[in-house]
Amino acid sequence: MADFTSDFWNYYVIILTLLSVIGCGVFLYFLSRHKIKPGASPDTTGHVWDENLQEYNNPLPRWWMMLFYITIIFSIAYLLLYPGLGRSTGALGWSSTQQHVSELEKAAKEYGPIYAKYAAMSLDDITKDPAGLAIGQRLFLNNCAQCHGSDGRGAKGFPNLADHDWLWGSGPEAIKISVLEGRQGVMPPMGAALGSPEAVENVAHYVLSLSGSAHEATKAAAGKPLFAACAACHGAEGKGNIAMGAPNLTDKVWLISGTVAGITKTINEGRNGVMPGWKEFLGEEKSHIVSAYVLSLSKQK
Amino acid sequence: MSAEIPSGAAEQTILLYAPRKKLYPRDIKGFFDSWRWALVWATQLLYYGLPWLSWDGRPAVLFNLVERKFFIFGLVLWPQDFIYLTALLVTSAFGLFLFTAVAGRLFCGYACPQTVYTEIFMKIEHWIEGNRAKRLRLDTRGPAGERWLRRMLKFSAWSLIALWTGFTFAGYFTPIRELVDLTRAAALGPWQSFWILFYSAFTLMQAGFMREQVCKYMCPYARFQSVMFDRDTLIVTYDEARGEPRGSRSKKADHRAEGKGDCIDCGICVDVCPTGIDIRMGLQYECIGCGLCADGCDSIMDKMGYPRSLIRYSTQNAITKGYTSSQLRAHILRPRVLIYAAILSIIVALLCVSLWVRSPLKVDIMRDRGALAREVEGAFIENTYQFQLINTDERPHRLQIIPSGLPGLMIASGDTVELPGITTQLFIVRLRARITDLEGKPAGPHKIQVRVESLTRLGVGVDDKATFFIPK
Repeated sequence: MADFTSDFWNYYVIILTLLSVIGCGVFLYFLSRHKIKPGASPDTTGHVWDENLQEYNNPLPRWWMMLFYITIIFSIAYLLLYPGLGRSTGALGWSSTQQHVSELEKAAKEYGPIYAKYAAMSLDDITKDPAGLAIGQRLFLNNCAQCHGSDGRGAKGFPNLADHDWLWGSGPEAIKISVLEGRQGVMPPMGAALGSPEAVENVAHYVLSLSGSAHEATKAAAGKPLFAACAACHGAEGKGNIAMGAPNLTDKVWLISGTVAGITKTINEGRNGVMPGWKEFLGEEKSHIVSAYVLSLSKQK
Repeated sequence: MSAEIPSGAAEQTILLYAPRKKLYPRDIKGFFDSWRWALVWATQLLYYGLPWLSWDGRPAVLFNLVERKFFIFGLVLWPQDFIYLTALLVTSAFGLFLFTAVAGRLFCGYACPQTVYTEIFMKIEHWIEGNRAKRLRLDTRGPAGERWLRRMLKFSAWSLIALWTGFTFAGYFTPIRELVDLTRAAALGPWQSFWILFYSAFTLMQAGFMREQVCKYMCPYARFQSVMFDRDTLIVTYDEARGEPRGSRSKKADHRAEGKGDCIDCGICVDVCPTGIDIRMGLQYECIGCGLCADGCDSIMDKMGYPRSLIRYSTQNAITKGYTSSQLRAHILRPRVLIYAAILSIIVALLCVSLWVRSPLKVDIMRDRGALAREVEGAFIENTYQFQLINTDERPHRLQIIPSGLPGLMIASGDTVELPGITTQLFIVRLRARITDLEGKPAGPHKIQVRVESLTRLGVGVDDKATFFIPK
């Protein structure tokens, strides 16, 4: 054990502990015998306070004293079995680290088969298994709900998982990759490339027109040729690209904002979205179940 | 406890820890003894009987620690109902205060498990080893063979009762019929076996061997009950004025003429005492107030042809001031007793009312913390909540969730949920309000109320508070 920097502390602990234990026994033996001077009454200790307050010498039951001796025997047995005397590791070899490891092993033994069973099933099959979905929901609530909400319907900047719009592609494989590896969606700032603030506003109106949202037609028409700069990622028709997580602009699903001001800000400053990968933290099997739960969310109603 | 030391002797050493003096209490019949046995039967029928009662196809009384559900006839308590345990303990405490102020250590003498089991075990001892005289002889000069045979017999009988007691104890936590099956199949779990044996061993030790030592040295209640005594508290007393000077006499002689009191100094009051004290020395901390000395003394008074009640339940004031029995009764109603009684009745009333109006439903609402709010299609502001709904009832409930507190606040997910009996379930609930309805409300959190109401049982529901966040 490397907890001690020098041998001194090892012996310091051993000697102090043993002295205390033995000392208790010695005190107990001698203090349970009371000497009485000739002629004195054995009924009181002879101490007198406040003129007439005396201390009685009523003996305790003997079995009571035996309990004290038992604690001494217990402490010696404990020190022999468990680590306590300096560097001694105890006869049982117990350590908190070892206990933690064995509890982990016990849990793996108990829950391992459950996860193994679901790991062998396809995501689609798990979505039909209520018990599997219940496990998935608990994992989701503990790990995913912070951003995506307890109902998975997302929030500003965090995708809604319960609709049919997928940034990185629908289907079990794409979802599982998102969960395991994470995703990083980058929208670069395009203000400078487009030139003037008017040009940016025109493009914003054009983007709104793609989904049939409220917009000004003249500005949208002016913005249409400028959209070529965006087409590299969002496609010529603005339908997005699941290979790089570029959103589809022709639906009415807005990840961050669907107003002129919001879109203008997005174009000017760019956006950066990060979904962390969960492979390291949750592991393959739990990620599998939580992916199935996410898949089930979009299958609702 | 100390020996006399002749003066002039050399310095002497005494042990501060004394060996126990074994008591051989004499068996006695009488008024108080009958009451004691009536209470033994009442408490033990209750204790041994309750686990066997059924209610709606389940044990009537069952404390399921694993699932943390506590069944008491029609009532199902959850850990959230812990306050009722507090109320029960407070009720018991004030009950103890009241009874003690009126009639001393009634609980110790008649209802305490330590006393009750000691009584049962002593009775068995009496049947197997004989009366006090026989037991004394057996222990001191009886043949060793007979002594050990009777001891083994006694020990076996005690062990059987102790095992049954331990088994019954475990039967409050695992359905007792299940426990019987498990025992037959030798398939008891480690904790079940431990508690059965541990409780049995403790019963055997406490009632068979420790006995009055528990009351004298271990029990805190025995000590603090004396705080509630006053000079009008009924205690077991020896009428010194009538009894003294004590002494033996011929039955035919007129003892008054001889200058003697009614006490013939037969010592029966000491012989019958389960804690081995002499009540004639006045009120002592060891006295558990069982009244057996009164029974013993009465039997002798009858034989002598003297009036009974030389030792009786009386008060210190009554003895010193010579109250009549109606005066004594009048002194029972004194401020201390009335205050204890008032507090006790208030607590009991509150407990009953709160049990009566207790809703079987409980709800805990947690708003999603990570996401503040979202704007959804149709120009709504939406907040998401986790509703932890608990149905403590054994009946299933169909529940309606009714939010209020903001204009146009409504539920976006389904507004009715099904909750089976005795379950706790998590529901994800979305609340929303139209942006146009929220105009004029400042951005930020707003207090809202949510009522969860049963559609299956009218009038049953539960309210909780939550917040609704309006984004900028």
